[in-house]
Amino acid sequence: MLEHLPALQVVLPLVAAPLIVLVRLRGFAWLATTVVSYSCLVFSLYLAWRVAAAGPVSYAIGSWPPPWGIEYRVDALSAFVLVAVSLTASFVAPYAYRSIAAEVPRDRQYLMYAMYCLSLAGLLGIAITGDAFNLFVFLEISSLASYVLVALGPRRQALVAAYQYMLMGTVGATFYVIGVGLLYLMTGTLNLVDMAERLRAVDDVRPLFVALAFITVGIGLKLALFPLHQWLPNAYAFAPSMATAFLAATATKVSVYVLLRYYFTVFDPVPLFGRLPTREAFVALSIAAMLVASLVAVFERDVKRLFAYSSVAQIGYITLGIGVDNQASLTGSIVHLLNHGVAKGAIFLLLGGVALRAGTAGLMLEQIAGLNRRMPLTAFGLAVAGLSLVGIPGTAGFVTKWYLVVGALERGWWWVVAAVVASSLIAVAYVWRVVEAAYLKASQAATTGEAPPAMLAAGLAMTLLCVYFGFETGFSVGGAAEAAALLLRGLR
Amino acid sequence: MTLAACVFIPAAAAALIAAAHRRPNLREAVSLAGGVSSLLCVLSFTQPVLAGDRPRLVMGEMLPGLELVLELEPLGLIFALVASGLWLVSAVYSIGYMRGNDEQHQTRFYVCFALAIASAIGVALAGNLLTLYLFYEALTLITWPLVTHHGDDEARNGGRTYLGLLLASSLLFLLPAMAITWSVSGTLDFTPGGILAGKLPDGAAGGLAALYAFGIGKAALMPVHRWLPAAMVAPTPVSALLHAVAVVKAGVFSIAKVVIYVFGLDFAAGAFAWLPWVAGFTIIAASIVALRSDNLKRRLAYSTVSQLSYVVLAAAILTPLSVVGAVLHIAAHAFGKITLFFAAGAVYTVAHKTEVSQLDGVGRRMPWTFAAFAIGALSMIGLPPAAGFVSKWYMISGALAAGHWLALGVITASTLLNAGYFLPIVYRAFFREAKGENHGEAPWTMVAALVATAALTVAMFFWADLPLALARSLA
Repeated sequence: MLEHLPALQVVLPLVAAPLIVLVRLRGFAWLATTVVSYSCLVFSLYLAWRVAAAGPVSYAIGSWPPPWGIEYRVDALSAFVLVAVSLTASFVAPYAYRSIAAEVPRDRQYLMYAMYCLSLAGLLGIAITGDAFNLFVFLEISSLASYVLVALGPRRQALVAAYQYMLMGTVGATFYVIGVGLLYLMTGTLNLVDMAERLRAVDDVRPLFVALAFITVGIGLKLALFPLHQWLPNAYAFAPSMATAFLAATATKVSVYVLLRYYFTVFDPVPLFGRLPTREAFVALSIAAMLVASLVAVFERDVKRLFAYSSVAQIGYITLGIGVDNQASLTGSIVHLLNHGVAKGAIFLLLGGVALRAGTAGLMLEQIAGLNRRMPLTAFGLAVAGLSLVGIPGTAGFVTKWYLVVGALERGWWWVVAAVVASSLIAVAYVWRVVEAAYLKASQAATTGEAPPAMLAAGLAMTLLCVYFGFETGFSVGGAAEAAALLLRGLR
Repeated sequence: MTLAACVFIPAAAAALIAAAHRRPNLREAVSLAGGVSSLLCVLSFTQPVLAGDRPRLVMGEMLPGLELVLELEPLGLIFALVASGLWLVSAVYSIGYMRGNDEQHQTRFYVCFALAIASAIGVALAGNLLTLYLFYEALTLITWPLVTHHGDDEARNGGRTYLGLLLASSLLFLLPAMAITWSVSGTLDFTPGGILAGKLPDGAAGGLAALYAFGIGKAALMPVHRWLPAAMVAPTPVSALLHAVAVVKAGVFSIAKVVIYVFGLDFAAGAFAWLPWVAGFTIIAASIVALRSDNLKRRLAYSTVSQLSYVVLAAAILTPLSVVGAVLHIAAHAFGKITLFFAAGAVYTVAHKTEVSQLDGVGRRMPWTFAAFAIGALSMIGLPPAAGFVSKWYMISGALAAGHWLALGVITASTLLNAGYFLPIVYRAFFREAKGENHGEAPWTMVAALVATAALTVAMFFWADLPLALARSLA
């Protein structure tokens, strides 16, 4: 039984989705979703433990051995991403019931759960599969489900946002397939590890570079790499609260995983960083994201959009580590997949509670005013998670920043250090606009009390994780450092 | 007693204060009990530290290879003693002030106050730079609700400047400085003799020193001093304990720690050669601003900016005598300045007077308060029989021993300036005719507190043995 866990990790949420559609009862839908989410967490924790103890786990789907069949392959990096995704899912699932009940018409609620399960299946599948085309399939499963999740948002603009998201996402997926097609032409295999092995023998590197360009732009669209991020603020702002929290914490992060996989595993034998200015490009775009998107966030009045732009900036931190390309900086990148997911997840979960009590889907800064009086715990949670975005010591964000700064110093790139600290200073500005509104502005809204217990608990628990990962870094940094070492070692 | 108790007691007090929010008397009793027990807790370490013991406690590994660690050495002990001792006195004072002025949100005030003390003691006990940085930032954040206590526009703007400058300096300069230190030396532990010696060329060391000196914004070196006057929108007990003692001393304490334990006195000589000039400029410039401010708290704030740079200047001269002077001044200035702020708060509570020009004849109506004020002023100027004389004596001796004429000139000039902005207040209060309706002293808890700190100021002049012994064991 245990050896089938890698398959079960994906199959379980994948099967849950049609079941939910068949039954259509929202109670059943919620229960199924929750059970699936927690099972996935258990599976991924077990897999992470197995990988740490005994090295990569390989699973041949349908018993067709790789490289002919589809291989599911869990190494240190996939295990880390699997845990990050399913951890988020385990907070979102208990939260979903009240939140969806408040935001989505009753006859469509089962769809939310079904799409959420599909999205979860897709994201876990991306992280676990060792096959380039299977990865594309999961990328599309998760993306299509995400479009629906966004489109189910309570405001009419959700449809436009979903449409925009879908256009950009489809372009991204198409680019990715073109890239994979070129690679298949050159190597004759779709298994990622096998592909890497065969790339060694390829003399004509030009098609490879074209393939890499297509994959980079395609995945760059999916992960909202600046300046390909335009779909993100609207999608996050107009999606239902639960979807925003889930997507913000996981979807872009998993896309980063794909990027890491291609750059460091597949293209490892190709002397990439020497021949193409990829490193410089990543650093330049990341710094632009960190500074420009943060500045936009400072002037944003819609709170969900404010934090959406913050996400673009924080993704800049992640891709910055790829560009700096050493052990410390990659550790920073990978650990930020988790650290930022936790912080942003907490913020959007808490904001969902605020929106529920405020009775509007669009949260302007004015509606945050006096939050401290109405919902003291929520306000405090937002402040703490916000501090994690800034990178105050004692929060998860600090850990990331430390590794990025140390990594940049190792290269002697002073200006990168300057950009990182400048960006965190701008983060103070946008976070403090929210904190100030919550604590120092007079409240206009009536007293409503805290969000429903399940929602509040989920948000606060995730906030607590921000602090936990700020002090206890055994799992987060330990896992990330191992994954970074694995990537840098490549297949050698 | 473990070291963690020193940090834990004020934090636990904060929790109990929050729990007792419906019963003000119980709440204040918890504050007082917290003050007494944390002072006793810190005191219990005095003998071992004097005997050369360095209690150390590893609380966990925060990042791989970087621990969260507490370690008590003489400098930290002095700071912890000052912070916890004066917390007790200000707890007494706050009762009178907060009730006398009918302040809102008193529970939040006492909770944040206790947490701020916990952070300050954490700074004092930090065994490496990372731990220090953790508590340093915590201190910034937890004092923000205190600065913005009144919640109006003025408080919000003051809070912005306060938080903005302190976070900006620490994020932009202190964090990179710490990362560079880690990259170069592979450790962040405070080690006698320093960890950087010989690992950096002189030019780079000077740059790193600048990152530290300006990154530690709480030391209020110009031009990162503006947060301090901005913080004066806070209720007076906050200005007194935090912005004359705990927060600002955390700044100069951190600089002293960096000079002594990160650079090491020998290596620091080259790296910090420029620092006396900046500190000297800050001393003189801040004194001139103080001379020209009519608002009493603002005048006191700029006096603090100037006095803090005394500590930095003395530490930067790097002779054993001047380091003793710097350490003594951390305590001496704390006692004197808290007295002055307490007096300012007392006047505000009974007469709602905030400007120096309104103080005519107030001394005759509030003799205890202004007698204490006069003692505090003497200490600022550095005249006997006040503690400021002792520390200044060591600073001047140190400057003479090093032949540091700049420092000597600055200290002399600023002594005159200090006299110029403090003595007129005392003169006005006692020798001018009083105007307006008559009033007496402030509530007795406030008077008791300010008389106690004035007494401490005088006592430290006559019995400076303990701080001297601790300071000598450093240099």
